[in-house]
Amino acid sequence: MNDIVISVRELSKRFGNFTAVDRISFDVYRGEIFGFMGANGAGKTTAMRMLCGLSYPTSGKGSVAGYDIMHEGEQIKRHIGYMSQRFSLYNDLTVWENMRLFAGIYGLNKSQTEQRATELLERLNFSSECNTLVGSLPLGWKQKLSFAIATIHRPEVVFLDEPTGGVDPITRRQFWEMIYEAAESGTTIFVTTHYMDEAEYCTRVSIMVDGKVQALDTPTRLKQQFAAESMDEVFRILARGAQRGE
Amino acid sequence: MRTFIVLLQKEFLQIRRNSFLPRLIIAFPILIMLIMPLIMTMDVRNVNVAVVDLDRSTTSQRIASHIEASEYLRLTHSTTEYPLAMDALEQGLVDVIVQIPDHFERDLMVSTPERISITANAVNATKGGIGMQYIVQTIARTLAELRGEKSPTKLSELVTIENRYNPTLNYRHYMIPALMIILFILICGFLPALSIVGEKECGSIEQINVTPVSRLTFTLSKLVPYWIIGLFVLTIAMLVARLAYGLSPVGSVGAIYLGAALFILTISGFSLTIANFSETMQQTMFVMFFFIMIFMLMSGLLTPVDSMPEWAQKFTTILPPRYYIEILRSVYLKGTTIAELWPNFVALGIFALCFNTLAALTYKKQA
Repeated sequence: MNDIVISVRELSKRFGNFTAVDRISFDVYRGEIFGFMGANGAGKTTAMRMLCGLSYPTSGKGSVAGYDIMHEGEQIKRHIGYMSQRFSLYNDLTVWENMRLFAGIYGLNKSQTEQRATELLERLNFSSECNTLVGSLPLGWKQKLSFAIATIHRPEVVFLDEPTGGVDPITRRQFWEMIYEAAESGTTIFVTTHYMDEAEYCTRVSIMVDGKVQALDTPTRLKQQFAAESMDEVFRILARGAQRGE
Repeated sequence: MRTFIVLLQKEFLQIRRNSFLPRLIIAFPILIMLIMPLIMTMDVRNVNVAVVDLDRSTTSQRIASHIEASEYLRLTHSTTEYPLAMDALEQGLVDVIVQIPDHFERDLMVSTPERISITANAVNATKGGIGMQYIVQTIARTLAELRGEKSPTKLSELVTIENRYNPTLNYRHYMIPALMIILFILICGFLPALSIVGEKECGSIEQINVTPVSRLTFTLSKLVPYWIIGLFVLTIAMLVARLAYGLSPVGSVGAIYLGAALFILTISGFSLTIANFSETMQQTMFVMFFFIMIFMLMSGLLTPVDSMPEWAQKFTTILPPRYYIEILRSVYLKGTTIAELWPNFVALGIFALCFNTLAALTYKKQA
């Protein structure tokens, strides 16, 4: 459990006068499901984008899968999967074509692609839809497909930015089953969400308020610490202190 | 390499799935090449001429009758008073006035005669200018004829006019190469930019940016499809030019394709660079239009570079279409070879390299 996969120290990101992420520090261990919570505008997505090599930090240090986020962004990208808040696969390609594309980009050869895509499609019960255009799939399916594609190259870490936004409870449940399966196979999961019931599924949870990490611990200990019944209450207590509006 | 192949495959699939692009790529060159040469003609006909004959000699009459006989000129006024002709010019009845001075014939025989003066209404500069040229040619021909008849030893003609390379002075043959370049600019200039900005708008570019795809690979995957499409468009355009207007290149087809290959790379690289700096379709379109106006109007596509002011002529050296139009026109009409045109090919090669390097460098995966 002491194998650190993500390590962040005093990481900040400023846009002009606005400090989106304010000197955050934390570690994420291999195989854990790390919940990254916070109200809208708290800086979750900005922080996550810095970890994925999509955005440069203004100051501070960080490493993901052993690579420095400032200088080794491209190396990081070989070892991570990312699922954006906004659906960003190719709507005009089929399920299979999207899988083939991203598998190819991550350097899987033809037979590996074939094998991995078939495996994922079977797990998703998607085999019958493999020639459907992605644009015509319902949202829940799109999200599951995005997750599958984010893990197609068996990355060390998967970043999920609000993966279950707008998804029905049954699909959410299935989604979390997929997350558990991935975590059990050793993949580290870094996930943001607004659903506090989902926070209960995480190994550890951090809560960001106004660009700072205000709390970080297992859900059980956080509830004890704030003398709360549920994560929902913990979140309310912390978010009440927020200065930034939505 | 596998990355590049899957990306290329993706681009072609997307183009094919688009409901509009494949049709555009076929219909656009055919329509442009069929219709535009008919419209974009600057052939000047029916130039109205007034002859002010102060000489009233057989020579002056002969000049007048030659003017009358010309298929481009129309002798509408014949007078002996310049002010009358000038009135007609002011009223717009006459485009050009030819004044033959007194004693023109006599002086011509013994010494240098007073000059024939030609006055043109240059409000329509093209009509005035070209009308004037026609008259100069007509007069020169008349005088040459006279010389030939009067001279005891048969002199060679005073003036010989021969339109090399475009023997019928067909304006269409001059315009067709320019239209081909306009097609490249519109298809290979706009589509790659729109494809990148489209990905920015729908968010899929972020999914690409979070993968280890190199900037060069991604840029090439956007470039190559439009390069192939551009060469396909050229093929259609050349076929239409041949079938509809009977224009085939005098020189080698290889030279045309080589030039096209370099020019398309240049214009697509330029377009990708613009796209890298744009966030939305509107922004891309507007910026592209700005540059395309300059490319179309200043590169010698429609008007000769030689007649531009000197500063503008210097400026054209940084406009890629200028090099390709020279190649295209001289290969098509004169049959010039690659060996003679090498500086143009080198210039295009440099542009292609620069713009595409710039496109790859300005593509930011990390902000």
